[in-house]
Amino acid sequence: MEWETVIGLEIHTQLATQSKIFSGASTAYGAEPNTQACAVDLGLPGVLPVLNEDAVRKAVIFGMAIEAHIAPYSIFARKNYFYPDLPKGYQISQMDHPIVGKGHLDIEVDGVTKRIGITRAHLEEDAGKSLHENFHGLTGIDLNRAGTPLLEIVSEPEMSSAKEAVTYMRKLHELVRYLGICDGNMQEGSFRCDANVSVRPKGQVEFGTRAEIKNINSFKFVEKAINHEIERQIELIENGGKVVQETRLYDSVKDETRSMRSKEEANDYRYFPDPDLLPVIIDEDFKAQIKANLPELPHAKKLRFKTDYQLDDESASILTSSRTLSDYFEAVVNASGSEAKLCANWITGDLSAALNKADLEITDSPISYERLAGLLTRITDNTISGKIAKQVFEELWQSSASADEIIAEKGLKQITDTGAIETIINKIIADNQDQVEQYRSGKDKVFAFFVGQVMKEMKGKANPAEVNKILKEKLQG
Amino acid sequence: MHNKSLKELSIGLQNKEFSSVELTQVFLNRIKQHQDLNAFITITEEIALQSAKEADIRIANKKTDSLTGIPVAQKDIFCTLDVKTSCGSMMLDNFNAPYNATVIEKFNQAGAVMLGKLNMDEFAMGSSNETSYYGAVKNPWNTHKVPGGSSGGSAVAVAAKLAAFATGTDTGGSIRQPAALCGITGLKPTYGRVSRFGMIAYASSLDQGGPMTHSAEDAAIVLQTMAGFDPKDSTSVDLPVPDYSATLNQPLTGLKIGLPKEFFSDDLNAEMATKLSAAIDEYRKLGAEIKEVSMPNLKLAIPAYYVIAPAECSANLSRFDGVRFGHRCENPVDLTDLYTRSRGEGFGKEVKRRILMGTYALSTGYYDAYYVKAQKIRRLISDDFKNALTEVDVIMGPVTPTPAFDIGEKMSDPVEMYLSDIYTIAINLAGLPALSIPAGFINEMPIGLQIIGNYFTEAHLLNIAHQYQQVTNWHQQTPKGFA
Repeated sequence: MEWETVIGLEIHTQLATQSKIFSGASTAYGAEPNTQACAVDLGLPGVLPVLNEDAVRKAVIFGMAIEAHIAPYSIFARKNYFYPDLPKGYQISQMDHPIVGKGHLDIEVDGVTKRIGITRAHLEEDAGKSLHENFHGLTGIDLNRAGTPLLEIVSEPEMSSAKEAVTYMRKLHELVRYLGICDGNMQEGSFRCDANVSVRPKGQVEFGTRAEIKNINSFKFVEKAINHEIERQIELIENGGKVVQETRLYDSVKDETRSMRSKEEANDYRYFPDPDLLPVIIDEDFKAQIKANLPELPHAKKLRFKTDYQLDDESASILTSSRTLSDYFEAVVNASGSEAKLCANWITGDLSAALNKADLEITDSPISYERLAGLLTRITDNTISGKIAKQVFEELWQSSASADEIIAEKGLKQITDTGAIETIINKIIADNQDQVEQYRSGKDKVFAFFVGQVMKEMKGKANPAEVNKILKEKLQG
Repeated sequence: MHNKSLKELSIGLQNKEFSSVELTQVFLNRIKQHQDLNAFITITEEIALQSAKEADIRIANKKTDSLTGIPVAQKDIFCTLDVKTSCGSMMLDNFNAPYNATVIEKFNQAGAVMLGKLNMDEFAMGSSNETSYYGAVKNPWNTHKVPGGSSGGSAVAVAAKLAAFATGTDTGGSIRQPAALCGITGLKPTYGRVSRFGMIAYASSLDQGGPMTHSAEDAAIVLQTMAGFDPKDSTSVDLPVPDYSATLNQPLTGLKIGLPKEFFSDDLNAEMATKLSAAIDEYRKLGAEIKEVSMPNLKLAIPAYYVIAPAECSANLSRFDGVRFGHRCENPVDLTDLYTRSRGEGFGKEVKRRILMGTYALSTGYYDAYYVKAQKIRRLISDDFKNALTEVDVIMGPVTPTPAFDIGEKMSDPVEMYLSDIYTIAINLAGLPALSIPAGFINEMPIGLQIIGNYFTEAHLLNIAHQYQQVTNWHQQTPKGFA
């Protein structure tokens, strides 16, 4: 039988606020356990939550970026369950009235664009962490993370392969970082994914029974976990079994998912509106203020790059994948006065390769946009050839000198003096009479040999067009 | 000294007739002398004497507030820095709060002197002060009787003159009912008028702290300190706080008083009806007009309350899990054992009953039938008040169905106990301010008159109560042996 897969993702993004969603404690990662948990985070008797406006702002920014409905009225609810790292015995979340309603995100898989619906995105507080190591059979609780603001982004069940799911997840990851609402650090848990996976016979309208795979924290694992889960479900059904609705955990070491709890064992969370918090009212002024400060969104920017700069689709995609990269590109274009395409090629080519190799982000690039622009200006005005430029680029990476300083110091300026070129060419023709004969008898390929010899003699600095022109004249005799 | 009003005490302190230390010592002595009433859970003698000394310095430097140097006793529901804050429960018997409630902070800033923490029904759940882990509190008018609850310790501390005034909290009548049963004045402010930060939550959408005093005049002074917006409490309201004492003496000519026919039906105890009608006659003499109003949904208040309050409490009390603070069972074998035994041992019967009721009401399949429906009733009740208060300025009625009952009388019948709040609960559901003032005696036990006003009309309520207290002396009666 042929099977098709239905996947929906729930992604928890940690919002990059200074303080927690309901208290003034810092959200910085990596502090000593329980040093960033105040009375509110500890759930002490009598404490009350106060909503962090910046978390609301960041949720609205996200909503606008996915063209979603921003709820004018949203409410916080208590999700009740007992766990030692959940201090109050309930998590403050949103249920019936989330802050962000229906939106969408377009992804591209194998050259085809697909629109993935986003059902909702809601604000909630993170729990703390249970630490099972180094406690000799006991469990330690670190509440530093308790109360960190999360935006849970729930997609429609509209992805049909692990590849689509990962593409969607990457795109979302790119977007939240682009918007500056999440640092995207997956190792630190700033961006976590739960995947709902089900299979059904191809063509069937009803969904199959789904399993939810919890807390997968890398792109690679999401793909593997989903693929594993698809195989497991198909195999199960084909052997006459039934998929049960349950929560499963992905074990990245064994590359398998295993059951965590079934639907019957699932908690009844007993959601109800949190009486400690007022409804969140978002008025037009608040939205207008956010809209005015909203960055140009990646999609719009990509289109602009394609039309204004005549870039191809791939370059435009790469350059608009992050705000810092697109800003860098536009700064180089403006400062160098060079063709945008040349700038794009250098940034997506040599510079990206060097950054990758050194494991650096564009913001940490040793070559500032001014210095790269200085190099590209000299290519454009023919001071140096593209080949020499690569040499200058190496120097730019290593030193702090400008392109002009490097060109001057190393004497890399291109030779366009036809007299000088002619002298060299005469010498080479005289020294290589055999090859001259070959050329003249019709072996055109030998021409490249002469170019090579001239360039070698002139240390690559000769203007290639001039060399070609003069060589042709001389060889034809 | 202990018989003086707050104003007289303040004047006495400022004129150096007595010092705050002397005054504090008087009350500390009375507390010790009357420990059999069981009004206090913790007596903070050292803190009291230290703050009294500081208050005396403030007074000498003429940097006084209306409460500087005046001894207060706090309901043990307000968190007090480094002082046991038990909420009347074994669960928190070992809990010293690491911070002060906003209300406590405000009294400290005013220079009031904290004598100790007052007994109360466990987690404010009860109407007789009998659910306290620390035992029942006795009514000074008759020590076989309950003082009411949950702020029973507070009402007794004031009635027996163990403190110049006290604080209480009111979720369904917990200030007004014990005030009525002990013959004192108790005000439940509008929801949002007094900060709930640091006040251990029972039912968050209903809880409100307020003053428990000898008179409306005293209540005005105390509320002045307690009221105000608190950025730490999202449900506190950012409205200016009026001068509550300034309007106490306004005449009541033309005041429109509404009497809900549902309060004065044949179900009302005949003696209670007689006493209340005498009180209302006093208002007529003061120039008020009396009008009957109807609030058809009042009868739904108790069932709605006993869904909403337990639902909220079931979540509010989840934090008491034996993990971070409070009672933890001995040698838990696993997590479930830690939870079940810590909570099973730490909570009393009534608290468990309400947690279970609330958990049930919020469960899948029951939520709509109970919680959602109760919220709809809550809206209907609010609308009833809203409508009535367009016709009249205030609503008056009984506070309790009867005077104080015997200790032990209703403990085996929770519904009977819940019905003792039948006249007060609707006001919490609507979030309105209401006060209880002494209005006479039945069989030598005090009863109260309830005055309910529109949102944020505490000044008017205090004015109306004060005018009554200018022409009656019920509020000046002292139980035998406590003069």
